[in-house]
Parts: sequence; structure tokens; C-alpha cells
Amino acid sequence: MLEIKNLHAELEEDSEVKILKGVSLSIKPGEVHAIMGPNGSGKSTLSYVLSGRDGYEVTEGSATLDGADLLEMDPEERAAAGLFLAFQYPVEIPGVGNMTFLRTAVNAQRKARGEEELSAGDFLKVIRAKAKDLQIDADMLKRPVNVGFSGGEKKRNEILQMAMLEPKMCILDETDSGLDVDAMKLVSDGVNALRDAGRSFLVITHYQRLLDHIVPDVVHILSEGRIIKTGGPELALEVERNGYADLMAEANP
Amino acid sequence: MMPRAKLKAQKRDAAEVLLKSRAVPAGGAWITKARQAALSRVSEMGLPNKRDEYWRYTDPRRLTDSEGQAARLHDSQGELPVFDRFDRLKVVFVDGVFDPAQSDPLALEGVEIVPLAEAAQTDLHWARDLYGTLEARAQSPVERALASLNTAYATEGMLIRVTGKPTKPISLIYQRSSEQADAMVHHVVRVEAGAVATILENGPMAARFNQVMEVEIAEGATFHHIRAQGRDHERAGAAHLFVRVGVDAQLKSFTLTANGALIRNEAVIWLDGADGSAHIAGATVGDGAFHHDDTVFINHAAPRCESRQVFKKVLRSGAVGVFQGKILVDQIAQLTDGYQISQSLLLNEDAQFLAKPELEIYADDVKCSHGSTSGEIDPHQLFYLRARGIPEDQAKLLLVLSFLAEALDEIADTAYAEDLRERLEAWLRRRG
Repeated sequence: MLEIKNLHAELEEDSEVKILKGVSLSIKPGEVHAIMGPNGSGKSTLSYVLSGRDGYEVTEGSATLDGADLLEMDPEERAAAGLFLAFQYPVEIPGVGNMTFLRTAVNAQRKARGEEELSAGDFLKVIRAKAKDLQIDADMLKRPVNVGFSGGEKKRNEILQMAMLEPKMCILDETDSGLDVDAMKLVSDGVNALRDAGRSFLVITHYQRLLDHIVPDVVHILSEGRIIKTGGPELALEVERNGYADLMAEANP
Repeated sequence: MMPRAKLKAQKRDAAEVLLKSRAVPAGGAWITKARQAALSRVSEMGLPNKRDEYWRYTDPRRLTDSEGQAARLHDSQGELPVFDRFDRLKVVFVDGVFDPAQSDPLALEGVEIVPLAEAAQTDLHWARDLYGTLEARAQSPVERALASLNTAYATEGMLIRVTGKPTKPISLIYQRSSEQADAMVHHVVRVEAGAVATILENGPMAARFNQVMEVEIAEGATFHHIRAQGRDHERAGAAHLFVRVGVDAQLKSFTLTANGALIRNEAVIWLDGADGSAHIAGATVGDGAFHHDDTVFINHAAPRCESRQVFKKVLRSGAVGVFQGKILVDQIAQLTDGYQISQSLLLNEDAQFLAKPELEIYADDVKCSHGSTSGEIDPHQLFYLRARGIPEDQAKLLLVLSFLAEALDEIADTAYAEDLRERLEAWLRRRG
């Protein structure tokens, strides 16, 4: 599904700031991988580089989705190819209704893939059912995108978008940040409901607690732009107990 | 800086040249009196000059030159005109001249409507109390000589008196047929106590135009004004809206402007009666050789009135937008609620927005706020939309429309707002 090989990236405006220094990982269909790491390790940069945000220069390495070169594509092409990023800080867009936004996005992707656009009626039926599962009411669908939403509402709205767009590769960037226990459960249930054999996840998180709800197959520890250790779910528990310091010391003796 | 006396002399000389070149139209006693009074105002004030305080950002010469410049006719490529889908009383002007053949019969329950050209031939008319009166009042504290010039010379326009709640709006349609026409149109509207009127205006009017609409909204009456100023690129024009809002009366005015070499929209609104309300909004889209100026003056002259100004401009590639807006709160106008926002979205670096927001408050118990911003498309919003699969052009269009939405939301009847929003979307898609 997602193949990242020796990925190097630096800040576009300051090539001295090298953030990713050779990240490699391979996610197979249906797998859930977690990336954990201390602040500043490059976790969010990895998500931005994969989704195509401006401001980063890839200097070496590759990233492919089902064999297609992601780094050559515009952000919208990556989305149409099946990549989805759940933002750490979902953006507020005043003046654009949530429903209009979602319908535009769904139909833009369908069009890009040569599929027929969803009619207004069909779209409404689908979104109502999915919104209900995430406890998103009609008012939230009508309001401008993320405007005046609480932290939990914004994250639920991200998962709703994911459910509507049905991507094959989902990246969750610190989706647990700003969530209370109930909201975390709701969001995790939403993610778990989407897990299937054809869909993969890359869950970026600072804390282990999200991984109690979304149980990963593989856990990577990212530190200073490199993956320093890879293991099973038990690796997340180890971080929870001992912090990152030991692992970092182990990697850079 | 030029001494004030010298500037005044220069402005008066320019006026004299212009006045000499034109004869005052013949007419009945009431209008002749109004025209003569307007002529004296023009002689006294002189013509607007680039050195005037409220013409600093907009060079008035194309509007004051004795001859207007030609402007090519816009090819609408088969697109139906704005408001076409609505049932309305159609009143058509071609190059600023009333065209009865293309218009509906001027009959609508609850409305008296008479062409100015016809009323001007009579010796008495109800409009005599209004014609030129609000324009004259609007000359203080800021001179607007173009409007006086219009009062003096206009022979075209409609005198509209609304006494009830007409079942459909009055639709003033301004078509063009000549590349040269220089039009002056002067409307007078009186909305009588308790009446509700909607006037729609659309079309490019003329290669050069000077328009005045004087509106009196009596006690408890409501006036909706929705205007779309056509799309012809090379036009120059000034439109003046002078409105007196009575006790418990309501004004809602919205203007959409797309294209035009120089468009100046002036509005002067007096909240003369207690508990009145005035909302004025504008959405502007300009690309290239485009200069658009909104100059708005709202005078709170009675207690407990509310006013709201919402102006949004989207500018690209050399386009210039100007906003000059003032709220003046008289000492008597306690519990005034005044709000003003002017914002521009600059789609690239060489577009320009000049704003001059002003508050002048003499009452002590008021709530007044104003804000002005200028910015570009937010890269975070753009990336968010693209990351969801929306192509860059479409994402930008969505953000431009969302920027303009606050101004369009000022239109009370959402059907008109939706009609204009759809047009805007189509125009922006084609970039024309």
C-alpha cells in the first residue's frame, strides 16, 4: 500500500533545517501502523510531506501509494489516489457550509477517478447515516466548516470526511490531541469502523492512550527524523512506561 | 499642497466650462426650479478634483470630462441577465433612455410609477418635494457635485411612489446599445408609511453614466434595494444613492459590481427617525483595468437606530478597490448601534485596496465598531480543501465565494442572493 523509502526532507525556506533524515516504512493493505515520537521528531512533517503541503523540500528518497509516486502529485491528486490526512488542527473555513464542502470534495474525487458524481439526494442519504454514527447533528453539517466547532467536534468532523471519502490510506495526525475520554472513544470507534482488509492506517501520536482504542499492528518510534525502533503494540507500552529518553539513548549511544 | 482658494477656483472654472457646454432641459415649473437650484450648487462647489479629500483615491476626470470615453459592449455569450428568473415589473432603459416598447405597462397594484421625462412636462408633481432635495442635503459635509450635475441635467428616470405591498418587485433594467452613450438617470422613490417595496436594478447602463436615486422611506416602511451593475469592462460611472430613513423604517441595499474601468458608488443615508435601520452592502469582483470605489456616509440623527455596512472586494492583476465609509452619530442619537466592515481579498500582488473608515460620534451612549482588512487567500484553507481532493482552481473559487458570502447574506430574500451567487460563480469560473 504505502512504501516510504529513505525519505529526506528539509524546510523549503531554510535548507539548513533538515527534518526527515531517511525514513523508511512499508504498510501493507489492512495494516495499522503507529508512529510515536517526542515533539520535534518530524511526525507531523512526515504527514505533511506525504499529503503534499507547501513548505517542504524532499531531497532524497521516495513515497509511493500502490506503486504511484506520491511526491510527483498535487495534493488533490494524492487525495483522489486514496490518501487522506486527518489534520491535527482542522482548518476553519467561514462562508463554506460543511455539507457543501463535503459534497464538493466527494464529487471532485469521483470525477478525478472517472466515476459519476453523486446526486444531491444520494449524497444526503449517505452523509446522514455516517454523521449519525459519529453523533454529528444536522446543525453541524449546515454550519461553516469547523467554524465554532469544539476540539472534539472538529476531530469528529475529520473522521466524517474520512468516512465519506473512503480513502485506502489514512494518516491520522495527532488525532487524540485536544480530546477528552468520551470524544476519544467516539473518534476511535469511527476509525475502527473503517478498518478493513483493503484500507490501511498510519496513526501519528505522541501518547500511547489512543493506541488502546485503535490497536496497531506495528509501532515505529521516530526520533530526530529517523525511525529508531520498530516493534509490536508492546513498544507503545514501553514508551508509556519509560518515556522516549531510553530509546533515544539506545539509538544514539 | 495647493492652497484651498486656488483649488476652489480651479474646480469652479472646470464647472463653468462644463455648464456652458450644456443647455438646461426644458420642463415644467417644479423641475425647472429644482434644476436651476442644482446648477447653482454646481457653480458654487465646482467639479470634483483629484485633490478633494474624498477623491484622493479615485481620479474623477473620466466622470467630469465634457465628453465620455467609448466602451465596448460586453458579450454575455448567451447568459441570461441577472434576475431573469423572477416575476417582476420590467422597466427597461437603453443607454439611459426609457424604452416603453421593451418595458411592461407601468401599472402595479400599490405603486405609482411615472417616467421622469413625462412628469417633467407637468407643472406640479408629488416628486417636487424630493427631486434634488436629498441630493442637496447630501452636499454637506462632503460635496458631491456630480450628483447636482445629474439633478440639473437628467431627463430620464422613474418617479416611484409605493403605497402598499406590491406583489412583485420593480425591476429597472439598464441595457446598452451604443459604445459612446453618456447617460444621466435620476430616480425618485417614496415608500409611504407601512409600505414595503423592492427595487431591483441591473445592467451596465452606458459607456459613461451618472445616476442618482433619491429615496424617502416613511414611518414603518421597508425598502429593499438590490443592484447588479452589469459586466462591461470599459465603462465609467458614478451612482448615487440618497436615502432618508424614517421612524421605525428599514433600508436594505446591496450592490454587486463586476468589471468596469471606473465605478464610484456613493451612498448617503440619514437615519432621521427613531428605531430606524439601514443596512448597506457591496460585493465587488474586479480583474485588470478595474477601479471601484464605495463611498458611504451614514448619519445617525435619531435615537436607537441601527446601521450596518458590509463591503467585500475581490481584486486581481492591477485592480484597485477603494472604500471610504463614515458613521456620523449626532448628539441626539443615543443608543445607536453602528457596524462597518470593509475587506478585500487580493488574488495577486499587484491588486490594491485603499480603505478609509471613519467614525464621528457626538452621543455618549452608543455602540459603534468598524474594521478593515486586506489579505490574500489563506494557504491553510487552500491546502485543507486540496487535501480533500478539491482541485486548486475550484478550491480558490470556493474560498472567493465564501469571502463574498457575508455581503450577499445582507440580501433579505435568499432567492435573489442565490441568483447573484450563481452568476458570480459562473463569472469567476470563466474569469470574465
